[in-house]
Amino acid sequence: MDSLTFGAINIVVMAVVMWNIPLQFIPLMIWLERKGAAIIQDRIGPLRANIFGIRLFGLLHTIADAIKLLFKEDIIPNHVHRLYYVMAPFWSMTVALVPLMLIPIASPLQIGAHLFRFQVADYSSGLVLLFAITGLGVYGTFFAGWASNNKYSLLGSLRSSAQMISYELGMGLAIVAVLMAYQEISVSSIVEKQSGMMKLFHWVVPLPNWGIFLNPVAFVVFLVSAFAETNRTPFDLVEGESEIVAGYHTEYSSMKFALFFMAEYAHMVVASIVMATLFLGGYQIPYVTTEQLRHNSHYALCAILIIIALLCLIAGIIVYKRAKAYGMSFAEKLGKKEYFVISYLLFAAALMSIFLVPLVVQMRFAALPSQIIVAALQMMALFGKAMIFLWLYVHVRWTLPRFRYDQLMNLGWKILFPVSLLNIAITGIVISFT
Amino acid sequence: MTPEKNIISPRQDSRGLDYSREIDSKDLVFVNIGPSHPAMHGTLRILAALSGETIVAAVAEMGYLHRGFEKECEMHPYQQCIPYTDRLNYVSAIMNNIGFARAVEKLCGITIPERARIIRVITAELNRIIDHLVCIGANLVDIGALTNFWYSFNVREKVYDILEKLCGARLTSNYIRIGGVARDLYDGFEKEVRSVCRDIVQAVSDIERLTENNRIFLDRTQNVGVISAEEAISSGWTGPTLRACGVAHDLRKAEPYYEYETYDFDVIVGTKGDTFDRIFVRMYEIKESIKIIDQALKRLAPGPVMTDDKRIALPPKIHVYGSIEGLMNHFKLIIHGITPPKGEVYDCTEASNGELGFHIVSDGTQYPYRVKCKSPSLMNYAAFARLVEGGMIADAIATLGSINIIAGELDR
Repeated sequence: MDSLTFGAINIVVMAVVMWNIPLQFIPLMIWLERKGAAIIQDRIGPLRANIFGIRLFGLLHTIADAIKLLFKEDIIPNHVHRLYYVMAPFWSMTVALVPLMLIPIASPLQIGAHLFRFQVADYSSGLVLLFAITGLGVYGTFFAGWASNNKYSLLGSLRSSAQMISYELGMGLAIVAVLMAYQEISVSSIVEKQSGMMKLFHWVVPLPNWGIFLNPVAFVVFLVSAFAETNRTPFDLVEGESEIVAGYHTEYSSMKFALFFMAEYAHMVVASIVMATLFLGGYQIPYVTTEQLRHNSHYALCAILIIIALLCLIAGIIVYKRAKAYGMSFAEKLGKKEYFVISYLLFAAALMSIFLVPLVVQMRFAALPSQIIVAALQMMALFGKAMIFLWLYVHVRWTLPRFRYDQLMNLGWKILFPVSLLNIAITGIVISFT
Repeated sequence: MTPEKNIISPRQDSRGLDYSREIDSKDLVFVNIGPSHPAMHGTLRILAALSGETIVAAVAEMGYLHRGFEKECEMHPYQQCIPYTDRLNYVSAIMNNIGFARAVEKLCGITIPERARIIRVITAELNRIIDHLVCIGANLVDIGALTNFWYSFNVREKVYDILEKLCGARLTSNYIRIGGVARDLYDGFEKEVRSVCRDIVQAVSDIERLTENNRIFLDRTQNVGVISAEEAISSGWTGPTLRACGVAHDLRKAEPYYEYETYDFDVIVGTKGDTFDRIFVRMYEIKESIKIIDQALKRLAPGPVMTDDKRIALPPKIHVYGSIEGLMNHFKLIIHGITPPKGEVYDCTEASNGELGFHIVSDGTQYPYRVKCKSPSLMNYAAFARLVEGGMIADAIATLGSINIIAGELDR
């Protein structure tokens, strides 16, 4: 196989994978948001949808929602601008899915003479392209608001465009400081630079070499801007339902509305993965470099097994408690047993993985399998880090009120913008001395 | 984005604010906020002229929930008016019952037994707590803090459980009767109320901790919808909204009824009269109400809960079925109803939103000749348009939540 064919296969395979990551995360996120809200608000949360009594902790609600939205009448009101009206949801969704193509989710595999990248496109100026694409997201809401021909929609999209453009500025400048610290602009090399220990003025600091430690101010600015860019609370005044009804998607129904809804979650997933990549070392595992991991891949596999065992154990305990608390109150026969069965399965999985650990420790792997094992561990690390941000999104949403329009602008222009400018200056001074 | 000077407030213009004027004023966008809008509690409507996001002029319109309560009362015997009062401020139904029943009792010149008075105090304060919880919860939802809504509504649910046990209905309780209350407290009422009070204190402190030092919340509510004490008084404001302006006016202290003067509680006052003050006055009033309930529960002594005046109170069933006098008494009261003497009366109580007054004119028959309800929401809403002009849409929503307009009471 020549390198061109291999490259093409690589791109196609990874494009399908990367396309699917946010799409698979969306139902999970919706579930997490609902359950997270329920935990914070002293409620049980979604639990009613079931198939023959099987409820899966409310996960089926997302499927029910999807079915409902698919079968709703797709109304296009007479007073809208048809082209933009139809285009807007597709635009939003597409733009939300594309940026992930530039993010590496594990270190590349060496297959024979070829390099299999866990990344669709490894552009040398990948980061700039990433923000260029996310910047297009504003057109989705903008078109929707304009085309809807509705005053509330227009107000929503006005807010949205002003907000996204303002916060892109702070975001972009925060990134400039990060770029200066890494002295790289390609996403994959930024991630590679974040391996190992942090060095400051030739001293080794006992911290991983992550963006969050190198440039904490940039991280905070980026985090705040990312909340604003994804239109989440406290910056959700784009669709602040108590003020301007539903904002830009007031006139949308059926799957077109669902696309906006999914785009919001896709944006969150992408933003979380981008933040994990830029500031939490991407797929890097703290204190250990990829090379070290590949030499000790049996330990890497052990780590995977232990993580699985721990997750299964925690999930099992939670499910078992739930089963005791209200599993018995379900009317359906299957529902009564479901939670117990799931918790026992989880405990069994945890036990299995623990029992496998002593076996795995004695094993030695060849070059390619060990690379695959390390890649799997790295993917887990990346998505684990992304989950931290995803939970943060949920937690903040159910904790904070939303800003007023002018306060939002003040924060963007009068605080984040100068702070990130100052940060660039300080970063420049520090770099010039090292 | 300050409003331009050459725009006269269309509210003061004789032509009024009208959609047709949108063409005249090219820079303004006219938006109908309500009557069906997620943030309009009930069916209120504000026609706002927007310059950008700023409300240059606003007209607040009411009447979308008018059901003719006052006219309806004229066609019903006095005791049948009580269920209608449930539908005034449906968030705190018993307080309306009490307001009306007190006015009729004053007209008839009767006093109710002590136990009935204390039960009225307890249920009224429970209703005040519910009302304030709903107001705070809904207001915070409007400014985007959703979780507080559940914190307040979870305990509200528990209070409703008690009221349901007590009077069989949750929202429109119809518990108070002219001359007393419908039925005595059930066993274990005291214990349940005490435990609910603990939950309420917990919920309020949860909400307080989420809001008190929250920068976004403070920015959203402080100096928003400010009204001076003079303006508030001249607009006829009463209750928590007036107290938020710094006027310590509370009918429970100013014109005590049901021995409120003997209860140890404080009148909560604000300083600025902004949305923040209004929310926090309500928050602290919940705690004062709990103090009153606590004291009232200690005073509960066995005794009758209905007056023994045969012109007012239905005789016990044993007399109805057991003696001719009882049967006739029952028959007369059901068929001819309560017949207060000729005259008119105005009586007011401190309801959760302010002074709730009932003016009743009696012509000596079983039907009231005229009933006029002075509802606090009406006064509050009258000043609302002035409050929101110059602010932003988001401010208008935050202000509306804080003055707690209940459409049922506003439109009657």
